[in-house]
Amino acid sequence: MTTDTLATAPHGVPVLDLDPFSNELLADPYPYHAQLREAGPVAWIPKYGFFVTGRHEQVHQVLNDHEAYISSAGVGLANFNKEPPFRPKSLILEADPPSHTRARTVLSRILSPRTVMHIRASFTQEADQLMDGLLAAAQAGEVVDGIARIAEVYPLKVFPDAVGLGSEGRENLLLYGDMIFNAFGPRNELLLRSAEKVQPVTAWIMAHCQRAMLRPGGFGDLIYQAADAGEISQDEAPMLVRSFLSAGVDTTVNGLGNALWCLATHPQAYAKLHADPGLARTAFEETLRYESAVQTFFRTTSRDVALAGVPLPAGSKVLTVLAAANRDQRQWPDPERFDLERRPTGHMAFGSGIHGCVGQVVARLEGELILAALAKRFKRVELASAPTRRLNNTLRALSSLPLRLTPA
Amino acid sequence: MPVIHLIAHDGTAVPLQVPEGHSVMQAAVSVGLRGIVGECGGSAMCATCHVYVDPAWADKVQPALPNELEMLECTSSERRPESRLSCQIKVHAGLDGLVVRLPATQQ
Repeated sequence: MTTDTLATAPHGVPVLDLDPFSNELLADPYPYHAQLREAGPVAWIPKYGFFVTGRHEQVHQVLNDHEAYISSAGVGLANFNKEPPFRPKSLILEADPPSHTRARTVLSRILSPRTVMHIRASFTQEADQLMDGLLAAAQAGEVVDGIARIAEVYPLKVFPDAVGLGSEGRENLLLYGDMIFNAFGPRNELLLRSAEKVQPVTAWIMAHCQRAMLRPGGFGDLIYQAADAGEISQDEAPMLVRSFLSAGVDTTVNGLGNALWCLATHPQAYAKLHADPGLARTAFEETLRYESAVQTFFRTTSRDVALAGVPLPAGSKVLTVLAAANRDQRQWPDPERFDLERRPTGHMAFGSGIHGCVGQVVARLEGELILAALAKRFKRVELASAPTRRLNNTLRALSSLPLRLTPA
Repeated sequence: MPVIHLIAHDGTAVPLQVPEGHSVMQAAVSVGLRGIVGECGGSAMCATCHVYVDPAWADKVQPALPNELEMLECTSSERRPESRLSCQIKVHAGLDGLVVRLPATQQ
């Protein structure tokens, strides 16, 4: 997959002759992020022909200038003005105002802080039950896989419950999410492998976006109620349910998995959290900065535009590296330090601007509740053996996280 | 540069220099003020940058848009007529001397 905007490197722009979507760099992106930040505010990736930016200031700027850096031409490598999208375009993610605004208004009302107040009790109960269920294993000294038993369990229970899905087939949500997030990258081996099951998985997803499959009063049904009220069309409703199912699970699974990894590998930080479980929300926020689940997103320039003085022609793809911005020393003192005492707000893990993650309040709730429930029950959380990684073109994900939990 | 006066919940007055075009939230967070959180980074999505605008300044601050009004229903401290999200208050020369009070809690 190439963009043919420019056949050669633009004059004066630093060139990074590497493949950000190679297995090697996906497995350990941090040295490349440092190289990117130091090369300049903007660099060029000749392998695919796109611009890339990793400093906080420029990432923030691009994400907040939605007129110059649009989403309707796709937020992956593919330019939807030149080639068909992997799946029908998202009405919210891959849209610009004014159509974006209508969709966004509906979803942000459904996922608002007010909604979160209503679901806090049930989400808390689920977190408590999950952690209580691990006490016996912990007492017996068994290894607990933080991915299989926590990170993949909790978000697959609470969020689809809130959307109003039945209990069967929820593993499809993980397969679908993996595929969609791979599809923001090039058509490499990772994407081809995850798309092997694209037909049956997509069929399951689309069937479960229909009103009849969704519990009345759940988040999914609330989208249909917005259609009833004329805010969006009835045809648009299943597409917005699809957005919840695409973006609402694989992201939080990895957010939680990465949070557990951060704490297991930073015992002093975990000790602070155990001593004061009220730090759970702040701790989760720092894990979002330090080990961001969603690493990158693209934009497309709608016109000739200059970024930090670098001219970008119209129709250029620009990769914003959220995770690199999150360790930019220009924004964060001592950014390589995982520090529960810093103020991580302002990080780019949920993006920024009109496309900033619409589900972020729900995501933070899940993170806060799981980390609090963990911290109240276990005085130590340690790696039992090396974790294994699940490579994805966009997500930072683990496939296993063997932990030893010591009950308090 | 305009100066905004934040009155913390305990009554302490904190004068804050705010560059024109910046929001009150941005300025507060950049000096590490604890009474304003701004979890969502200024996108009117979290209601944790809640402030009470002094009545003398009520009509000088640009009115709240519908999305802000909806968010104000979610504040952890009491919502009052003078409640605003400080990320939506963009400072300009005409707001030099603005007084806002911080609520008891943001979360």
